[in-house]
Amino acid sequence: MQFDTPATTNPIDQLTIVGQSIPRIDGELKTTGKAIYAYEWDEENIAYGHPVGSAIAKGRITSMDVSAARNADGVLAVVTTLDVGKREKGKQNTANLFGGDEVQHYHQAIAVVVAETFEQARAAAALVKVDYAEEKGVFDLSEAMKTAVKPKDAGGAPPDTAVGDFDAAFETAPVSLEETYTTPDQSHSMMEPHASLATWDGDELTLWTSSQMIDWWRTDLATTLGIDKEKIHLKSPYIGGGFGGKLFLRADAVLAAFAAKAVKRPVKVALPRPFLVNNTTHRPATIQRIRIGAERDGTITAIAHESWSGDQPDGQLETAVMQTRLLYAGKNRMTAMRLAELHLPEGNAMRAPGEAPGLMALEIAIDEMAEKLGLDPVEFRILNDTQVDPEKPERPFSHRDLVGCLKRGAEQFGWSTRGKPGTRREGDWLIGTGVAAALRNNLLVPSAARVRLDQDGVVTVETDMTDIGTGSYTIIAQTAAEMMGLPMDRVKVRLGDSRFPVSAGSGGQFGANCSTSGVYAACVKLREAVIQTLGFNASEVVFENGTVRSGTRSVPLAGVAGPDGLSAEDTIEWAELSDSHQQSTFGAHFVEVGVDIATGESRVRRMLAVCASGRILNPITARSQVIGAMTMGVGLALSEELAVDTRRGFFVNHDLASYEVPVHADIPHQEVIFMDETDPISSPMKAKGIGELGLCGVSAAIANAIHNATGVRLRHYPMTLDKLLGGLPALS
Amino acid sequence: MRAFTYERAASVESAAKSAAANDKAKFIAGGTNLLDLMKLEIETPTHLIDVNGLGLDTIEPTSDGRLRIGAMVRNTDLASNETVRRDYGLLSRALVAGASGQLRNKATTAGNLLQRTRCPYFYDTNQPCNKRQPGSGCSALGGFSRQHAVLGSSEACIATYPGDMAIAMRALDAVVETVKPEGATRSIPIAEFHRLPGDTPQIETALEAGEIITAVTLPAPIGGQHIYRKVRDRASYAFALVSVAAVIQPDGSGRVAVGGVAHKPWRVEAAEAELPKGAKAAASILLADARPTDQNRFKVDLVERTLGAVLREARG
Ligand SMILES: Cc1cc2nc3c(=O)[nH]c(=O)nc-3n(C[C@H](O)[C@H](O)[C@H](O)COP(=O)(O)OP(=O)(O)OC[C@H]3O[C@@H](n4cnc5c(N)ncnc54)[C@H](O)[C@@H]3O)c2cc1C
Ligand code: SF4
Repeated sequence: MQFDTPATTNPIDQLTIVGQSIPRIDGELKTTGKAIYAYEWDEENIAYGHPVGSAIAKGRITSMDVSAARNADGVLAVVTTLDVGKREKGKQNTANLFGGDEVQHYHQAIAVVVAETFEQARAAAALVKVDYAEEKGVFDLSEAMKTAVKPKDAGGAPPDTAVGDFDAAFETAPVSLEETYTTPDQSHSMMEPHASLATWDGDELTLWTSSQMIDWWRTDLATTLGIDKEKIHLKSPYIGGGFGGKLFLRADAVLAAFAAKAVKRPVKVALPRPFLVNNTTHRPATIQRIRIGAERDGTITAIAHESWSGDQPDGQLETAVMQTRLLYAGKNRMTAMRLAELHLPEGNAMRAPGEAPGLMALEIAIDEMAEKLGLDPVEFRILNDTQVDPEKPERPFSHRDLVGCLKRGAEQFGWSTRGKPGTRREGDWLIGTGVAAALRNNLLVPSAARVRLDQDGVVTVETDMTDIGTGSYTIIAQTAAEMMGLPMDRVKVRLGDSRFPVSAGSGGQFGANCSTSGVYAACVKLREAVIQTLGFNASEVVFENGTVRSGTRSVPLAGVAGPDGLSAEDTIEWAELSDSHQQSTFGAHFVEVGVDIATGESRVRRMLAVCASGRILNPITARSQVIGAMTMGVGLALSEELAVDTRRGFFVNHDLASYEVPVHADIPHQEVIFMDETDPISSPMKAKGIGELGLCGVSAAIANAIHNATGVRLRHYPMTLDKLLGGLPALS
Repeated sequence: MRAFTYERAASVESAAKSAAANDKAKFIAGGTNLLDLMKLEIETPTHLIDVNGLGLDTIEPTSDGRLRIGAMVRNTDLASNETVRRDYGLLSRALVAGASGQLRNKATTAGNLLQRTRCPYFYDTNQPCNKRQPGSGCSALGGFSRQHAVLGSSEACIATYPGDMAIAMRALDAVVETVKPEGATRSIPIAEFHRLPGDTPQIETALEAGEIITAVTLPAPIGGQHIYRKVRDRASYAFALVSVAAVIQPDGSGRVAVGGVAHKPWRVEAAEAELPKGAKAAASILLADARPTDQNRFKVDLVERTLGAVLREARG
């Protein structure tokens, strides 16, 4: 199905099942431990692989001595990076995962030790001796930014944009701001580590793994192994979180495949927790310079956002200026992104890449600007709202209700009672509130699905879409149930298998909207097949309560299909609507923090998110996405930072004891409001993404609340107490 | 983790003997620290002696008014003990500020005292670390040192002792009771139990080879207000950046031990004499010899401010 005209009324609009708060259908499997995750799959005769990571950040391996490991108890094989030699790299990978003598980053996989038990493999892995020729690397972004370059492209967008004459407008603006903000390297820190079980049958490989994007993994694994993609069967039905860390093929899959080949047995490999930080990817640090000029009445006349980030050679930018191209009006504007070469582990997508760190900076700058203008920060944002793409005014937003979010949020939160910075105190707590706007683009990716109606009237949906904890199973079942007029228990959903049609996958908050649209398209075809089988007149047919009705005739769906069932498959494809219209999701975050007047510890006391992101397919799963994202935003604001050792080139705090994500005690009451809206330009579901919007802006709202509480303006994340202490009042 | 043999000790004496007979042996209590370190091959014992079944898990008053805490009393049980909560509230508060409920259910008094540093370089066997591998160098010096020591550190090591319980015990003047392999008993004042790193950061306590902790005794209750204030980046489940354990008497005199700043609980009796004058006066003596790194300079200010808050809380 080509989606090329805005959606009109369709069966989804009935909202008998879609849009309802239906608990996740895989919930019981998960809470009772019956959902089987990658490392838990069982095969006969499994052997266990344990990775060995490079001990240096950059250089070459001159020799490896595996004799002690090979002779250790229970060891079946040691496969080294030298044994397998240089491999062709997967399209989505920047750094090599395995193969060859070159070391590109710390903890890069250089061997896998395979043994009868996990413990034997781990013990023997420590016995592999490696000699390196170490080379000097560049690990400090603040140094490397001086030699940063303009890359050819920034994730499909131009690295630079300019409209009007920014310099002149900024120069003459009566009120202006110029500040630099920084965000550190951040880790996905999902609960389930990367893990794979590989089994070869002749030249065919079956891989159980934990992947957000089945087809990307399968394609890149085939490239890396040097085999035909059709020879790989990849399964990833349950995933314990990803946040972008499982978008691209990772070393566990490659190591398991090579190891299983070597020992001719099924082999399991999980990455140990420290490897998640230095072996896989992370969100790269940014240095961001923002300049804003405005009239005294608060009208923005000039806005500029520049960002520097680093990555491995041929790597990617953190596209931190993207939201600034769209969020506020202003006639004169420019954005620019520069990429420095660094030899830290590969930087790559983490939840809301670009917008999350970009808004961490921009939304502090907006707060600062409002303060300079003597305007309320909510008012200042509303004043500079735009209904068109400010860089291309001929492009309207498909639907934009940022103003609605801000107003609704302000009312709900009690914003009007906010005081001046440093004026509210309860006991030893300085109290402040903060606001930030949220914007995250709505991305559209083709997505296919197959639906089959069986003799008993049960519909089974198959698509390689993944459920990374987000609720995909449930919203897909809701979509099929709504389309086919069936109750939820007559729909089965099978996901995460490369034998199913290729879906959007889970990433960029495109999964829910695109994968359900693919299911919608397949169901439209299945409805046609049913109608044809029954010889009904298509225009009059209604699917409801398990029956198909046309005029006075009503037939139960059970029985329509013969023993072979009725099948239909389709792909949703996206046409120019995304060129003619800017599609984005919007929100507003309000938070209240307390800062301990003595110690500078900041604790969040209240959070509210108001989200405008089209039709909400299921308020429970959507809310759960948003509160999870808000929680992540607390971590990014207050504690999360991968500490770089700039001498040795690695992230030092590579475990969950030292990379501090929020714990329950850090998270107060969280409230989420969804604006009641639909976006017919986005998709037939009239929905948009929600999973990343919830993170966008949260951290800046916290930073702004800290300023309101203390009068101290922090511009460098995370906002730990050491950065605040100097600005707090002396204690008597 | 290396392969190891395992033994369930039959008595305190046999446990100590067995440990002395094998220099690669280790006692195991709750295992919450030791097993993590073994998995990463930071500790590589070849023999484990389980000391859980030796009847060391009671809390009993002594005839002279002290309180004797068995070495295997779980942190949860110790923190919730009625006598402890009434007479040694400081200890109870320090315990519940540490780790998580699950860990405290498993962790023991002896194991907690002996928990090892959380220096991240100590945890990465690819990195030089004098504590893990004597003579290899100290990666934290000139590296990531935000949580490291500001007091009593050396050129060889700037790690901190990370625990909470021992800070409270230091303020309470606890005594560590041990049995040596040859059967002799020792009472080691907590002040002498943990060592500064000096040139031998791998030697962390006064314990000798094979010496087993049997109990910790607390002197008779001293009254006063018991306050344990732990400062950290997140609200729970994090080690202290700085912690202050204080017992403050109605006249403003008192005792203060500080955690998160040194290789041992930090207490300076001369500083306590200044307490009635306020935090600044006391802190200036407590921190007189501070030698922070650029990354942990804030701790000096933080100790003073936290102490200030504690004294204010004590005044009510
Ligand atoms: C995630 C995490 C967070 C934590 N957070 C905190 C925190 O915030 N604050 C805090 O204070 N602690 C914290 N801890 C540390 C925790 O308190 C310790 O792991 C625990 O107290 C150790 O006790 P255990 O009985 O498990 O010791 P074990 O691990 O069994 O043993 C530790 C050491 O003591 C030795 N030992 C044990 N018994 C004896 C004995 N009778 N005689 C001589 N030697 C003995 C062992 O040989 C070993 O060297 C944390 C731990 C973890 C894993
Ligand atoms: S501070 Fe101590 S524990 Fe840390 S690296 Fe240096 S020697 Fe090792």
